[in-house]
Amino acid sequence: MERLVSFTLNGRPTSINVDDERMLLWVLREDLGLTGTKFGCGQSYCGACTVIVNNEAMRSCSVPIKEVAGKQVLTIEGLSHNGKLHPLQEAFLIHNGFQCGFCTPGMILSAYSLLQKTPHPTPAQIVEHMDDNLCRCGAHVRIIAAIEDAAKNMSGGAQ
Amino acid sequence: MSVRHEPSHEILPTPGFDASRRRFMVLGSGLFLFFMVEPLEVLRAQESRHMPEYPTDFNAYLRIGEDGRVTGFTGKIEMGQGISTSLAQLLAEELDVSVEQVDMVMGDTDLCPWDMGTFGSLSVRAFGPVLRSAGAEARMILLQMAAENLHAPIERLQVHSGLITDSASKKNVSYADLVKGKHIERHLGKVPGKAFSAYSIIGKSTPRKDAFDKVTGKAKYAADMTLPGMLHACILRPPAHGATLKSVDTTAAESIPGVRIIKEGSLVAVLHEHRDVANQALQLVKAQYEPSSSRLDDQNIFDHLVKAAPEPRVVGQTGNLAEGEKLSATIFEQTYFDNYVAHAAMETHSALAHLEDGRMTVWAGTQLPFMLRDKIAHELGVPAEKVRVIPPYVGGGFGGKGTEGPFVEAAQLAKLSGKPVHMIWSREEEFFFDTFRPAAVIKIRAGVNAVGKLVLWDYIIYGGGDREARQFYAIPNERTLAAGGWMTKDPGLHPFAVGAWRAPSNNSNSFGRESLIDTIAAKLRIDPVEFRLQNLTNPRFRRVLETAAEKFGWRPAARPTGHGVGVAIGTDVDSFVATMAEVEVDKSTSRVRVKRILCVQDMGIVVNPEGARQQMEGCMTMGLGYSLSEQIHFRNGEILDRNFSTYEIPRFSWLPRIETVLIDNPNDPPSGGGEPAIITMGAVIANAVFDAVGVRVHQLPVTAARIKEARK
Repeated sequence: MERLVSFTLNGRPTSINVDDERMLLWVLREDLGLTGTKFGCGQSYCGACTVIVNNEAMRSCSVPIKEVAGKQVLTIEGLSHNGKLHPLQEAFLIHNGFQCGFCTPGMILSAYSLLQKTPHPTPAQIVEHMDDNLCRCGAHVRIIAAIEDAAKNMSGGAQ
Repeated sequence: MSVRHEPSHEILPTPGFDASRRRFMVLGSGLFLFFMVEPLEVLRAQESRHMPEYPTDFNAYLRIGEDGRVTGFTGKIEMGQGISTSLAQLLAEELDVSVEQVDMVMGDTDLCPWDMGTFGSLSVRAFGPVLRSAGAEARMILLQMAAENLHAPIERLQVHSGLITDSASKKNVSYADLVKGKHIERHLGKVPGKAFSAYSIIGKSTPRKDAFDKVTGKAKYAADMTLPGMLHACILRPPAHGATLKSVDTTAAESIPGVRIIKEGSLVAVLHEHRDVANQALQLVKAQYEPSSSRLDDQNIFDHLVKAAPEPRVVGQTGNLAEGEKLSATIFEQTYFDNYVAHAAMETHSALAHLEDGRMTVWAGTQLPFMLRDKIAHELGVPAEKVRVIPPYVGGGFGGKGTEGPFVEAAQLAKLSGKPVHMIWSREEEFFFDTFRPAAVIKIRAGVNAVGKLVLWDYIIYGGGDREARQFYAIPNERTLAAGGWMTKDPGLHPFAVGAWRAPSNNSNSFGRESLIDTIAAKLRIDPVEFRLQNLTNPRFRRVLETAAEKFGWRPAARPTGHGVGVAIGTDVDSFVATMAEVEVDKSTSRVRVKRILCVQDMGIVVNPEGARQQMEGCMTMGLGYSLSEQIHFRNGEILDRNFSTYEIPRFSWLPRIETVLIDNPNDPPSGGGEPAIITMGAVIANAVFDAVGVRVHQLPVTAARIKEARK
């Protein structure tokens, strides 16, 4: 049903007239121009489309836009502030936690939700939390190192 | 990286394409240096079918602009392998500028001269030496200009960060000032590059130029391009390879507001302003198909490959097989099987195509921009200069982004609809139309004499291909045959398209060879490292293997020992690797867990050690997939694995401890780094499983079911 859906996107109030059954992924990418969120499989298997909704990592390819009405949505574009990278972005950059970069926004946001709940994760907790985010280039070892490092640098919780 | 991502018509100051001469005219001020990135013979050896007329004296160039920035223009593309950084390092080294002062403009067919494509780990290997010479030549030209400008002999001049200083007078002049208002064109002469000992940038780990874009979501891939008025296209696909469309009813789809249907022959496409709505409408299209006549499946395919393969080709031979038979005290014979696997890059094939003023521009995630340009021109019936292909960042290639089909379809639909058309393949399309790594059957007959020397090796691979099929041990009587493969077009051999997959066919060949070598060592009760060394003379092979044994802490013993450790060696793109692994096989489920992998690689001079290690880790991690789980299931033309739910690729929880060792070798030129470390993965895991449980699996992937079967 076409209607006005309002939510907070990357800290800014956002309202959009849209068929409210459409998936968040496509509304973000096409109607709102935020292409950092990627389409990878369309079935919630790969995690390339991961965004944060009210502090939970969600697969935006499978979340109808109506479900985020009144909620806080964070995408990769909203993670850095005034050109200052978030510690997770900084750590991915320093550790080369990517190759082709296509899974990277989803990886970073998935890690973000982990650090929100578990500021000092063990390597096993990182692996468990990240396990459904797929990377084909094989940057996994560096992604884990980046998350460990970011957790240290954030000392005390996600920003 | 300054590859132009936005679909604007802003163009860097000024290279242009002169259709009549089919070559570049470079306008504007600055110093331009033209050169060939690969020897002409290499270019000519590639598929001549696609070979356009192209200048024979250059296919890349560098520019030093009025702002002092250095820009390298090349048809190579960045797909995660890091060459936008390593190529910039080479230029920076020779020109004595910082890596930050260098931009690479890559793959845009209007801005860059013709190039055959990005594959085969050629970028640094073949392009590197020439790029360095070009940098050295440009530096020499600038020094000559500075000598005049500063009234000082060249010997007195020093360069740092693009600033040339007279060491006596301390006067200086920058590259920027020297080229200001001038237009200088030169072709590569014979200025040698720096000596290895003088390197300050090559050999140093350098931050990736694409890092900032990729961690902020700013990096644009083909699917991220937009143009005003563009439509998304979803195309009707058959249920199976070989199925043909009988009838189609698009009435229900057309009832969705904003949907446009395009039918042109067997091409049926649903277009809409939104990709998701186009896809929904596509699901409403009713179509009937004549079923595929294929009766092949993933069980009967191996018999078929052997029967249907073309006449074998001799890849190489030495000595005499009959003589080898005579010398043999023991004969070993074994057949090995490898399966179809998918590239499964995280980015599906995507393109945006736009026809404007008679010129077609296609932003496409392709490894082969120039071949694609020519293919699109051919399909549309227009000259090549009427087509421009721009590859933005490519979200993983592994050989799979050479497929032309989806990009051509986008261009056709842009022409038919009169609108910019965006096409983003679904994951299901990706798994259906991927050019899979071919399945293969390998038969080997080998013999050893009474003192454990290999004296006979008779090898044939069906269906897979011949890359590094020929064994490299010191065997006096050997012959290698290959019948069909990923490169050859053998009608009826494979039931769907096959193509290059990271180190094409070398994964299969290395699995067969290194499995049998291990089998022989075990039968002879010789340690498998020792047995390999007994039969190896090539010093680079011996060094990687001896280094691996030392770093891994290899304990010599006849196998199996129950410890679950294995070894395999191989060569690819002129590099050498030795890999060791430790696995654990669950007693009840037979599931394999890889605990540790170590790979030693000799790739000559290492340009960017950090980049090289990333590629090795990527190879080893990706290689876990084809070794343990990846296999395309299919039946009668239908692909049964259509998403990551059943096609399992490596995950975080699979990760072993991964160790990479680079051999310090300043004596050999840089060789390939994007592929070698993946080739040994199948064999090293199969060999480690044998050491753990005492049975061998002769078919990849080494699944729990196959181990259980072997244990019976």
